[in-house]
Amino acid sequence: MLRIEGMNTHYGASHILQGVDLDMPQGRISAVLGRNGVGKTTMVKTIMGLVVLSGGRVHVGGTDITGWPPHRVAREGVAYVPEGRLIFPDLTVIENIKVGERGPGSAWPLARLLDLFPSLRERAASRGSQLSGGEQQMLAIARALVSDPKVMLLDEPSQGLAPLVVRELAGVIRLLREEGVTILLVEQNMKLAEAVADELHIMVKGRMVYRASPAVFRAEEETIRARFLTV
Amino acid sequence: MSTVAFLLTQVVNALSQSALLFFLGVGLTLIFGLMRIVNFAHGALYMLGAFVGYSLSHWSGNFWIALVVAPVLVGLFGAAFEFTILRRLYRRDAPAFLMVTFGLALVVGEAVRLTWGSDALQVPAPPLLADVIFLLDEPFPLYRLFLVATGIVVAVAIWQFLERSRLGLLIRATSQNADMASALGVDVKRVRSSVFGIGCGLAALGGMLAAPLVTASNGMAATVIIDAFVIVIIGGMGSFLGSLIGALLVGFVQVFGNYYLPDLALAFMYLVMLAILMVRPGGLLGKEA
Repeated sequence: MLRIEGMNTHYGASHILQGVDLDMPQGRISAVLGRNGVGKTTMVKTIMGLVVLSGGRVHVGGTDITGWPPHRVAREGVAYVPEGRLIFPDLTVIENIKVGERGPGSAWPLARLLDLFPSLRERAASRGSQLSGGEQQMLAIARALVSDPKVMLLDEPSQGLAPLVVRELAGVIRLLREEGVTILLVEQNMKLAEAVADELHIMVKGRMVYRASPAVFRAEEETIRARFLTV
Repeated sequence: MSTVAFLLTQVVNALSQSALLFFLGVGLTLIFGLMRIVNFAHGALYMLGAFVGYSLSHWSGNFWIALVVAPVLVGLFGAAFEFTILRRLYRRDAPAFLMVTFGLALVVGEAVRLTWGSDALQVPAPPLLADVIFLLDEPFPLYRLFLVATGIVVAVAIWQFLERSRLGLLIRATSQNADMASALGVDVKRVRSSVFGIGCGLAALGGMLAAPLVTASNGMAATVIIDAFVIVIIGGMGSFLGSLIGALLVGFVQVFGNYYLPDLALAFMYLVMLAILMVRPGGLLGKEA
């Protein structure tokens, strides 16, 4: 569904992504793990078109979206839940969701999203800045879902959330999978990634260096952790 | 003349002045909120509105047609300017915008001089509004009352547009985080062109409406751009409500200052601005200091 080939990205003189390859089958959850600063967020932003790529290609479904501006990438069916949620602080919960709306016929209309996230229904008229971290995360997901995406990019969704809220989040991610949404999950929280992902990838210095199913990963966890993940 | 009647006419006078200032300030603040750029050409477009309005009302013989068409034409001109020139600069620093919009102000200023000449031109108020009415037995030009009404109608219309319409929502979202808005499928470039056009059109509306009071002249750009900056700074850069409050404050300070302290009226406006900035560095409703 989402396929990245040889993605390269530069920030000025520094070479951040150095040939990232990733092939995400439809309806699956692919998690990307890695230490801080290896380029995970840059990869997500580059897929989205928010960072200009300097080499490689990106495909969604059968369409080559390489170099497209963000709004066209979004309209092609890629939804973005950014690190830090980036809720519009002065818009209400409903307005935040409406920004992402795109015509009728979505599998995730507003009413369904409010059923899925009862806490958002309660706070429908509150401004984004008044929400708790957990509520903001659910809102960021709802805002992405309303466009009825083929692929959802989730960047560090568990960041700063209480364990109970992370569990709720895991439930939501699994539900999306059942509904056929393809998900790219970038996480520092290994537990969440292991719990929901169909496939685990590890990124080191702008390259993918490891790929395995959660079962295999669990078996080799100690060595892999020491080699690629702990500081 | 009774004191009450005098005060009443002065208040209505100030409100009409505020309406003109509001048309100018609201466009400037919307443009700043969305693009973080200061449009130095705003005063020149106000003037252009007055001159285009002058020609249209002469050709058509109808003030009302000119009142609608002049802002639309200047608004389209503004959107075209954003689309062809400003758009190339968004990755550059603020000074680039300053130079280019200042350049536009000079070009528009000269173009107006070449097209309409250097003399001030009379734009008569429509016959319907040329009358004088009596407020508590005080004679008062009906046209100024019309300005107050127009100001209220336009303010409510912009407010409803921002709060209720799809484009209004996208303008607010883009002002708060343009990258995030674009990642949600919003064509930010189109939103920017629209807002720049709307802002320029509102400035032209102000110029067109001011012309029957002050004539259309080459000098009108320079004075109003300063007023517009003061309004936007007082209200808080980017705040719609702030521009409304700023316009009211400046309008009242100008009208009452001119009456009670004519020598210090201009200084008084800056004193008000200074006092507000000392208490609230970001302006009354501004976010950042």
